[in-house]
Amino acid sequence: MALIDKAARRHRWDTKFAPYGYVTPYFLIFGVFGLFPLLYTIWVSLQHRNLLDEGGAYVVWFANYAKLLADPYFWNAMGNTLSLWLLTTVPQILFALGIAALLNRKVRTRTLFRMGVILPNITSVAAVTIIFAQLFGRDFGLVNWVLDLFGAGQIDWQAGTATSHIAIAVMVVWRWTGYHALIFLASMQAISPSLYEAATLDGASGWQQFWRITVPLLRPQIIFTTIIATTGNMRLLAEPLLFNPGAAAATGGSDRQFQTAALYLYEQGFTNYDFGYSSAIAVVLAIATIIVAGLGYLVTKRIQTE
Amino acid sequence: MRPKALAIGCAALATAVVLSGCGSDTASGGKTKLTIGLFGNFGYAELLKEYASTHPDVEITDRTASYSDHHKNLAAHLATNNGAADIEAVDTGYVNQFKATPDKFVDLNTKGGDQLKDRWLPWKWEGSLSKDGKQIGYGTDIGGLAICYRRDLLQNAGLPADRDQVAALWPTWQDFMAAGKRFQEKAPDGVKWFDGGPTVLNAIVGQAPVGYYDKSDKIVVGENKDVKAGWDLVVGGVQSGLSAKLLYSTPVWNTGFKQGQFATVTCPAWQMAKIKDQAGPDAAGKWDVTSVPGGGGNWGGSYLTVPKQGKNVDKAVELAAWLTAPEQQAKVFKSSGLLPSIPKLYDDPSIVDYKNPYFNDAPIGKLFTDAAKKLNPQYQGPKAGDIQTAIGNAMQRVEQGKQNGEDSWRQFVGDVQK
Repeated sequence: MALIDKAARRHRWDTKFAPYGYVTPYFLIFGVFGLFPLLYTIWVSLQHRNLLDEGGAYVVWFANYAKLLADPYFWNAMGNTLSLWLLTTVPQILFALGIAALLNRKVRTRTLFRMGVILPNITSVAAVTIIFAQLFGRDFGLVNWVLDLFGAGQIDWQAGTATSHIAIAVMVVWRWTGYHALIFLASMQAISPSLYEAATLDGASGWQQFWRITVPLLRPQIIFTTIIATTGNMRLLAEPLLFNPGAAAATGGSDRQFQTAALYLYEQGFTNYDFGYSSAIAVVLAIATIIVAGLGYLVTKRIQTE
Repeated sequence: MRPKALAIGCAALATAVVLSGCGSDTASGGKTKLTIGLFGNFGYAELLKEYASTHPDVEITDRTASYSDHHKNLAAHLATNNGAADIEAVDTGYVNQFKATPDKFVDLNTKGGDQLKDRWLPWKWEGSLSKDGKQIGYGTDIGGLAICYRRDLLQNAGLPADRDQVAALWPTWQDFMAAGKRFQEKAPDGVKWFDGGPTVLNAIVGQAPVGYYDKSDKIVVGENKDVKAGWDLVVGGVQSGLSAKLLYSTPVWNTGFKQGQFATVTCPAWQMAKIKDQAGPDAAGKWDVTSVPGGGGNWGGSYLTVPKQGKNVDKAVELAAWLTAPEQQAKVFKSSGLLPSIPKLYDDPSIVDYKNPYFNDAPIGKLFTDAAKKLNPQYQGPKAGDIQTAIGNAMQRVEQGKQNGEDSWRQFVGDVQK
């Protein structure tokens, strides 16, 4: 009697608490690698703290934030961040839609093409940036060589604001378009062919079918990729850093013309050793990313069938 | 129950492996593993082999990064008390920032450093000494100045190629720019007189009695007439089209050596190793070295530090002392041209009479020991390295046509005084 009772109790204990046990690893890992760094960054952002001298740190509450909001180089970096966000995210999604539409047709060796579009994504970002920086070189770059064939002058890509942003955007778009294209392609294949058949019978062209059927039905995926791309593109660091290698890499160009907010954070943290200020930039950047991602969500949510 | 227990065991093991995967440097096979973190070219490859052969209980791994990556990584590793090499090289431009937190490093004075003190130039020793008298690094080389030039390019432009005659072209930096204008008239397309404004400017700044800081660590570059005069002179050179507009120590600058885009480059002693690495064997004999315009000056030079977080600090201190000892510095000078920070060597015949075959048998021994004796050390403030970066950016703004000399100077002075 007592024995059965014990077994039953253990069974009840098992069903009641075991599920928590199963999900614990996720929360532990999230706590250690997600939540703790986040809260710690906020805590550090309230301090005056040298990167190398944590003993000498003291709390200054919101002084770092006050300084940040009055810092023209921070706003310059935020401006560059938004410009690069626009120049990367919009082409990325448009190209990805186009590529996915092409891959969705019955072409020969399409598995090969589908594999091919993801290739840029699995390359090392450092290696890619170094190669692109050479392609966009002033004196011996391939891009300038091609432009020269058409009679266009030599462009010093790193010197200008617009030219440097374009060069960096090309790297990012090249790397991520294929990834988004595969997500779109998977969803395109789930769209019932009967919709297209009906549209064809009604005399809709391929172009109309794409914009009126395919894109509206991909709305959830477009929202998803917009948010994923935004969170990635708002914190570009490696591309602008390695686009301008050398001692001045962290300033993002001679006049900070392509210094992103993440790069400014890096400069403040690892060149000026101002850990507190750098953490404040991180917090503001995170808030800005949430806002921009929210805007992206609101825009893409409006996609609908007429 | 068994498979479940096994699974838990495996998961725990996997986690343990992942967690211990980083930063373990314990002995394998009874050997002490030492790592040494370097940047650029210290000329240590042969020396490390030699040390390992006489110390079979030690296994040395060297890792080399670019100048700025190396110092930023070191800062991160010191901040987290994890990941630093047993020995870390630190450049003059950064040593002041690191010696402000001496507790991150082994105080070499407590490990016999105070006994070795007289080896080094007094200013080199003081350069890495913290305010409270802790020694964080042993001096490696100093950056005595010279000019490296392409004999063939000068000759083709109707200028002398012989190093004494070349030196006679430019007693002062004004003369250097004047010679540049003569060169540029006959130079082929795409070949300029000097590599980039920031390189020339760094040499001029290094020769001034006062640089970016005064001795009380106040930033005085805004009022420094020597630096401003040098700035104006280099801006003039850039406007006369003498600059190849390449920033030193970048990939495009390296390409510039291979492509022969410039005829001269300011040559602190360590620059010779870079030229040899970048221009490659094809350019052997084309480059030569001669004395620098203006007076003696210093640009760069390094120290070997031992971060306290290391697990084998005693063995690391021993290796650092050995690498920076007179015999080893003499060897590095001959193999790579790094100028010793050991005054005793400046009269050593094996150094003074040394000629470098790559640089057309230039008597670099004589040239650089003379430069070292003339050298008037300039006080380096806490953020000298960052100010040097900022003035380089400022000069680039002029070279890229983004700003004129005056506006760029004003922005630079405002930036560094923030």
